[in-house]
Formats: sequence, structure tokens, C-alpha cells
Amino acid sequence: MDETTKPAATPNQTTMQVDTGRTIIITRRFNARAATVFEAWTSAALVKRWWAPKSHGVSVVSCEADVRVGGRYRYVLRHSSGEIAFSGEYREVTPPTRLCYTQVFEPMADAGAVLVTLTLEEQAGKTLLVATEVYPSRQAREAALSSGMEHGMRETLDQLDELVASLR
Amino acid sequence: MGHIWPMVETFTALAEPSRLRIVEYLRAGARPVGAISTALHLPQPQVSKHLRVLKQARLVDVEPRAQQRLYALRPEPLRELGAWIDRYRALWEARLDDLDALVTELEHSRSTRKRKG
Repeated sequence: MDETTKPAATPNQTTMQVDTGRTIIITRRFNARAATVFEAWTSAALVKRWWAPKSHGVSVVSCEADVRVGGRYRYVLRHSSGEIAFSGEYREVTPPTRLCYTQVFEPMADAGAVLVTLTLEEQAGKTLLVATEVYPSRQAREAALSSGMEHGMRETLDQLDELVASLR
Repeated sequence: MGHIWPMVETFTALAEPSRLRIVEYLRAGARPVGAISTALHLPQPQVSKHLRVLKQARLVDVEPRAQQRLYALRPEPLRELGAWIDRYRALWEARLDDLDALVTELEHSRSTRKRKG
């Protein structure tokens, strides 16, 4: 599956590329310095203002972030049928050019964590952001799940499908 | 929030390059293991191993025939993955539009403060 979006003619448009079936790469250019973008990505007060777009019918209930290597963050979202949380740990923190962290969807924490690497490249006051999300390998997933959990995971997947469908 | 988790099994089954090639090859129609092995230059035992993973992920079905089994692609998981990718892209586009507005506002207020300071 080679789902590649060609970079748009407008340089500030978001592009998303699916690579090798386990990696998603998102890019976007901003008319701002790297330090500003880095801060907006990591400051709990600022993350609230963009991470859950209103157009998707969810809102941010709380953001906590301890931005240092080994520090943790947690974002709680509210949707029509309840609250869900994403959380993780920072692996690399090199402001303003590089950030690396894990991300777990808490209702399915056993399925493993996504590894996100963010790079910010600044030139003449504009910044190119590249976010690379690497999803857990099948081996990692199988190690995390025991046979007894598979049924529970399928139920959670069904509930999640309903939730996602209700948000469209 | 559209997220990968509903698609974990499909996504990770496709994560192996040879399996991805097998799936793309089977788009043309159902094939036996031998034909897949020859067309993709992969040893037959490896093809069988990959087909087992793809079958477990419900990406392929086996059609038993008199002389040989044919492996056929099931389109539903790929369609679901395609739909999920579309939703996820829309989510990121919306997020990054909001982030764009925020950082533009932050930059503007900073330069305004500098001019006043």
C-alpha cells in the first residue's frame, strides 16, 4: 500500500505519507520560527488550542506535560460518549529542532505504543515540520497481548469503530 | 479521534515488504503459492509463511481447488484501511491548520512586543 500524497503547490499544506505499512509521515511548513512551533507542540496550555480540532467534534479536557527526557505527558479528550486519554513519555528533547516521544492510546495500552519523532527545520523565519509516527510491529504487539486479551481487544476495537464513525 | 488502533492488525500485516508485494500481486486475481513464488522471486516456504500471516489478518482467503489452493485478496480490510487513512489525514490537516493559526498569532504578538519594547 503506497499511499503517497504529493507535496501540494501551496507550500504550507499538510502532506501525509504512509510508508512500509508501519510508518506515517506528516509534513507542514509554518510561517513561524522553530522555537515557536516547538513550544506550541509541547506547552500544555498551547497544545489545548490545536490538538483536538473543533471540526472533529472533540475537545481537550486536560493537558499535562513534563517536557524532559523520561518525563511524561497526558492529554484527555472529551467526545459525545465520554472521555479518552492519550499519554506517553519523552525520549529526546532537543529544542527547538527535535522531539521524540511515545504515544499510547490508553483504552488499548496493551496493543503497544507509537513512536513519534518530530523534526523542525528553520529557514528565513519559516519552519518545516516533519512528524514521523512508527506503529508497533506485529511481534511487539503479539508480545504485549496474551491469548486471553485478544477477545477484549476485539471488543475495544468494535467500540472504537463506533466512536470513530460517530465523530465523522 | 480517528486513530490507528482499529487498523492495527491490517497495518502491521502489511508492514513487511514481501507481504505488501504479495498483496499487490494478488490484486490481479487469485493465485496459487507456486505462481506467487515465481512472480515475486520469493522461496515458496517464505510465501506460505507470509500467506498465513495475511490470512490471520483476514487480508486473504483460501479458495480450495481440485489440484491446488488459490489465495485471493479480501478487499474489505484494505478499503477500511484506505478510509481510515483518509480520516486520519483529515484529522491532521485540521490540527495543523489550527496549529498554523496559533503559531502565526504567537509570532505576531512577539514581534509586536519587541516593537513596543
